Amino acid sequence: MNVPETLRYAESHEWILVEGDTGTVGITDHAQAELTDIVFAEPPPVGRKLAAGEVAAVVESVKAASDIYSPVSGEVIARNADVEADPALLNTDPFGAGWIYKIRLSNPGEVAALKDPAAYSAQIGA
Amino acid sequence: MRTPLFDSHVAAGGRMVDFAGWEMPVQYSGILAEHKAVREAVGIFDISHMGEFFVSGPGSAAWLDSLLTNNVASLPDGTAQYSLLLNERGGVIDDLIVYRLGAEKFLLIVNASMIEEDAAWMNDRLAGGVTFENASAGFAALAIQGPLAGGVFERLFGREMPAERNRILQIGSDFVVTTGYTGESGFEWLMPAGEASSAWRRALDAGAKPCGLGARDTLRLEMCYPLNGSDLSPNHTPLEAGLGYFVDLNKPDFIGKAALASQKADGVPSRLCALRVTEKAPPIRPHYPVWIDGEPVTETTSGALSPSLGDGIALAYLPAGYSKPGQEVEIEVRGRRFRACVRKKPLYQKEA
Repeated sequence: MNVPETLRYAESHEWILVEGDTGTVGITDHAQAELTDIVFAEPPPVGRKLAAGEVAAVVESVKAASDIYSPVSGEVIARNADVEADPALLNTDPFGAGWIYKIRLSNPGEVAALKDPAAYSAQIGA
Repeated sequence: MRTPLFDSHVAAGGRMVDFAGWEMPVQYSGILAEHKAVREAVGIFDISHMGEFFVSGPGSAAWLDSLLTNNVASLPDGTAQYSLLLNERGGVIDDLIVYRLGAEKFLLIVNASMIEEDAAWMNDRLAGGVTFENASAGFAALAIQGPLAGGVFERLFGREMPAERNRILQIGSDFVVTTGYTGESGFEWLMPAGEASSAWRRALDAGAKPCGLGARDTLRLEMCYPLNGSDLSPNHTPLEAGLGYFVDLNKPDFIGKAALASQKADGVPSRLCALRVTEKAPPIRPHYPVWIDGEPVTETTSGALSPSLGDGIALAYLPAGYSKPGQEVEIEVRGRRFRACVRKKPLYQKEA
C-alpha cells in the first residue's frame, strides 16, 4: 500500500500536503482500496470554514457512503471539480488527480498532531 | 454461520460481511466489475445460505396450495414457479421458489433470513399425508448467471443447458435448475454440502467470475426483483408489491386469500414502484425519504446506483394514485431533494 513520505495523515484515512499556509486534502490509497468503486464525490464549497475533525466532504461507493473529515482547521480555497465529474479518480490516483480540496490553514500547529508516514503505515499494517 | 465455501471466498479475495447471520462475500474484485461480468459474460454466486425444504407424500400438492399463493397443482413435473407464503392479513412472510421433482415430491428454496420462521410456520400447519423436511444444513448452492452461463453448463455437465426457464434436471444427488435473480440466462445448482468446494473450483475453471452479494443486489434491483425484508414485508401484500401474477385467487383457499380478494375488490392503497433519478444525484440507498408535491410520503425500500444505467434507482411503495409511470417524485439524500420519476418495471432491459 502506497504511503507517500511527503504527506501527513489523519487516523480517519485522509492525507494532507502542507505547503506554506495551504494544505491539499484527499483520501489515502488504503481508504480508496477499502471503499472500492467510488461512484460519487462532493468536495466542499470554496469559502467554507472547517474545524479540524469536521465533515468536509462525502464520497460514496456502490455499497456505502463515507464522510471525509478535515484533518485541519481553515477555509476552503479550492475544490476539485474533476473528482465530482469523475469520482473514479479517487480510486485510480488518490494522491494526485484525486485530491478533494485545498484549505488555508487557520492553525498550522494542528499539523504536528497528524500522523507521519511511519505512524500511518503502522496503523494500516502496511 | 459460514457456508461450505467460506475458505474458497477468502482465497478468492472475498470481502466477508454479515448477511442474516451468515458471513458472506459482499464483493471480490469490486461490485461494478462483478455486475458487468454477469451482464456481459458469466458470474458465480454462493447461495448456500438459502434454505432448502423437501415436501413429499400424497397430500403434498394440496397442502402447498393451502399455504402458497401460486398454483402448485398445475405445476408440471420438472419445473419451478415463484410463489409467496402469506400471513392471514395477506402480508408477505417470505417469497420462494417451488420445484416439482415428481408427482408427490417438491423442493422449496427460501430466503436465508427466513429459514427458521418459514419452517416453524409450515410445521405448525402440517397436514396428513405430508412429510416436511428442512434440509438447509445439508445443501450448498451456486448460482451461475450471465449470457455465457450456457457454456459453463456444457463444460460442467457435458450437455446443453435447457433453453426454457424454470426447468429442473436431477444429476446424481444434485439439482440443476434454470432459475436466477439477475435477469440473465443461467442456472442454479444445488448439491450436498460436501461437494461445494470442488463444484466451485470447476465452475471457476469453466470461466465463471466470483461475484458477491453487492452485485447480486444491484443486478436484482435493475430487474425490480423484490428482496424480502426490504421490499416485501408482513405489512404489504403481493398485490401491493406488484406480484399479482404469482397469486391465483381462483384456486381453493390459501392463507391470506380472503384478505387479497377483498383488497383486489377495494383497490390497493399503495404500489411498489420503480424509481429512476432524473438529475445528477448521489447514489440512492434504502430508507431515503420520497417526496411527492412537496410532502414526504414514503421512503425507499431498496436503492442503489445502477451500474448498467449509470443513474440512481430505487423501489418504494407509493400511494396508488401516484404510482403510474411518469409520476414525478423527489428522493431526499442528506437533507437535499433530487428529482426522480416512476418507471415501468424492469428498470433495465437487455438490448435486443
